[in-house]
Amino acid sequence: MEINKDLIAASSTPMVLAILAEGDSYGYAIIQRVRELSRGHLEWTDGMLYPVLHRLERLGHVEARWEIAESGRRRKYYRITSRGRNQLDRERRQWQAVDGALRGIWQVLSVVVPPPAEIMPEEA
Amino acid sequence: MPNPDQAISLEEQIDHWRSYLRRRQAIHSVDVAELEDHLREQVTGLMNAGLAADEAFLVAVKRMGELDALSREFAREHSERLWKQLVVSADAVERGPWGGTDALVAVCFAVAAAMAIKVPALFGINFDDQHAEFYTRNLSLFVLPLLTGYFLWKRRLDTRTIYWLAAGLIAAGVFANVYPFTPKGNTEILSALHLPIALWLAVGIAYAGGRWSQVAGRMDFIRFSGELFIYYVLIALGGGVLMAFMAMLFKAIGINIGPFFGSWLLPCGGAGAVLIASWLVEAKQSVIENMAPVLTRLFTPLFAAMLITFLIAVLWTGHGVDIQRNVLIAFDLLLAAVIGLLLYSISARDPLAPPGPFDTLQVVLVISALLADTVALWAIAARITEFGFSPNRVAALGENVILLVNLAWSAVLYIQFLRGRGSFTRIERWQTSYLPVYAAWAVIIVIVFPPVFGWI
Repeated sequence: MEINKDLIAASSTPMVLAILAEGDSYGYAIIQRVRELSRGHLEWTDGMLYPVLHRLERLGHVEARWEIAESGRRRKYYRITSRGRNQLDRERRQWQAVDGALRGIWQVLSVVVPPPAEIMPEEA
Repeated sequence: MPNPDQAISLEEQIDHWRSYLRRRQAIHSVDVAELEDHLREQVTGLMNAGLAADEAFLVAVKRMGELDALSREFAREHSERLWKQLVVSADAVERGPWGGTDALVAVCFAVAAAMAIKVPALFGINFDDQHAEFYTRNLSLFVLPLLTGYFLWKRRLDTRTIYWLAAGLIAAGVFANVYPFTPKGNTEILSALHLPIALWLAVGIAYAGGRWSQVAGRMDFIRFSGELFIYYVLIALGGGVLMAFMAMLFKAIGINIGPFFGSWLLPCGGAGAVLIASWLVEAKQSVIENMAPVLTRLFTPLFAAMLITFLIAVLWTGHGVDIQRNVLIAFDLLLAAVIGLLLYSISARDPLAPPGPFDTLQVVLVISALLADTVALWAIAARITEFGFSPNRVAALGENVILLVNLAWSAVLYIQFLRGRGSFTRIERWQTSYLPVYAAWAVIIVIVFPPVFGWI
């Protein structure tokens, strides 16, 4: 299933903040975690994560530091700040509102009109 | 296990990818490091999953996303990066050997230069008309030794070079002051004009820091000189604005600040600004595009067009060059400007690049300058005996010959390069090895001219 770009972009901030709320992390691991959480449905272009991280850093939602990873390379780790946690809370409430509204309408729809996927085979 | 061949080619591919990324203005080298870590992690992950190294690399690069889109995203987040900033932050400035920052030392040298120019005032030699002669002779000696000193400190030269440079500077001070010049005479003014050119060689040797014998070291010094000139002019413009406001504000409260300008602000500011501008040029060299080559690109076609029009006008109207007192000096300055255009386009050119249309334009410029100068020399040669050999005329003629020789041989080398019979590095080498000639002629004018022409 392809998820449209606007949705990916809109969900990127809460997604990254939530993953960092689990613990400090770095770019590649964040991408892996996104894949895991969405069971492969959210396919981010890897490079695009970094401008998002840098924006969050500029806004003070995350802090970055360079460390030497076990591979011996320098790696940039990100940590969520208290401002970032507040932002995550706000985002969560917003998404819950959107989600709740959509759930309501999905339920109404499923009662009145059966989803097209179920009608199609009977007609065929 | 990856075999070594594969490992090498993977490293090569990553190198390639990295250099590709570095060219993007919006993506800084720290970001490149971050992205590279990601790429390597991805490649390792894919190889563990059973892919061959090159396959893993291709997939990882693909997943990273298209470079154009990526750099657009970076540019959106970091729009300030499209304007390269001259950041003089603590970590951008390199640390000097004394633990202090380079900036601090530069400011100290600048303050020293500003104070040095006021030292004679302590002995009653004030900055006024009465002592104009003293300051005319010594002006460059207040500033350039300190500039040399700054680079000696910065480049940590060996003691032998330091002794040589010190001896040269002291000798310059002696010659400037012991000669019994006729006050406001020709030889005195010539000597004052040429001393800075001679001393500039000392600055160059200190600047190149042991690389003076190499083409690259001298080329860097040429780049530095051009940028320094531009920065100095910019600082002077800023200083002018500051002074205008100062005069206006103090006039409003009834204080005439004019004497302060003349005896303090101009001499001290002018001297200190040389050091500050030099430090700025050094600090910014990797941050901002050099300005001199940009101006060269702009003015080479214009100068070429102007000279060609001049030559056509000479041929069309049949007018000879009207020989007046300063015509030779005007043509010297013209040749110097053309050499400047040539030098700074050479300094910014990739020596390995094949000849292009701009190179042809360069040759057109040089040849038209040579022809224009020949027209002038022709006119002067006819009447030189009539004018007699005054020191000014001999100096100007010598300079003309020096510049003419440089341009003529440059034209020959350039044409050979255009026809594919020589490499571009030969032009570079010719220009850099010619630098001491200018200094040598300046030294002759400073040391030999006054006694030969009887101190007039």
